[in-house]
Amino acid sequence: MKCADFLSELTNYLDGVIDARTKAELEDHLAWCHNCYVVCDTTKKTIEIYRDSQLYELPEDLRTRLRTAIVSKCHARKKSGPERV
Amino acid sequence: MSTIQPKLDEPVSDELALVQAAKGGDVGAFEDLVRRYDRNVFRIAQHITQNREDAEDVVQDAFLKAYSNLHQFQGQSKFYTWLVRIAVNEALMRLRRRRPERMVSLDEDVKTEEDSLPREVADWSPNPEQQYNQAELRDILTRTIQGLPASFRTVFVLRDVEGLSTEETAEALDLSIPAVKSRLLRARLQLRERLSRFFQRRENGKEKPEIGDTDQ
Repeated sequence: MKCADFLSELTNYLDGVIDARTKAELEDHLAWCHNCYVVCDTTKKTIEIYRDSQLYELPEDLRTRLRTAIVSKCHARKKSGPERV
Repeated sequence: MSTIQPKLDEPVSDELALVQAAKGGDVGAFEDLVRRYDRNVFRIAQHITQNREDAEDVVQDAFLKAYSNLHQFQGQSKFYTWLVRIAVNEALMRLRRRRPERMVSLDEDVKTEEDSLPREVADWSPNPEQQYNQAELRDILTRTIQGLPASFRTVFVLRDVEGLSTEETAEALDLSIPAVKSRLLRARLQLRERLSRFFQRRENGKEKPEIGDTDQ
């Protein structure tokens, strides 16, 4: 297996959606190819950092304001009948 | 090396009941659905539009559109996937309005020079995020993801931040499964490449890069 083959399977490998034989081939490659090992490991860390980052959390006061506006508009639409788009 | 663990789904067993009640005119039931997903919709919208006011508008408009069109929701997909599809369309519309000079499409299959094999293969520090304080880290992550094309950014956010499956992402974005996988791989590799600049293991005395000094 070449590094390019490894990379093309990287997403399936990290997501765990891969058959046992391909997985074994990938792990064999990882065992001796340091560069691919680093790329695989740091890609996994990239995903985890973003997943745990809590970027763009909705502040509670804004959340309440938005929800109140949505609910009041829903009530208004209910009175005027269903909208057909 | 272990695989990425998917986020655990929140219980959705009562969700269809809420949708049915909302269809029947129960605004309280719809409010429960808003509470359940408003944070997700806000995050997705802000990642796509890169603008806080636009994201606020997307939250309102997406939920109102969902409410008005509940009769069209047939329950073949999860309510959340259906809602995300509406929210993504609203967000893209706003992004196009704000940047009319740039074609913004989820169909664009952007070729960039970063698609080639990874260039940065230095290992990272054991706890890269601890090299920076919270505000610095937030700044690095925000700038880095904002540098991705909208089509890559959106797939990455739905799959890796929000935890939708490949199939759900394809459905929400109206893309094929191979297209989702291809964009996801490239998004992940490009983010990794760019973050490596900040997180690579440093020799003693070697300084961290300035956060504002990026080449994006």
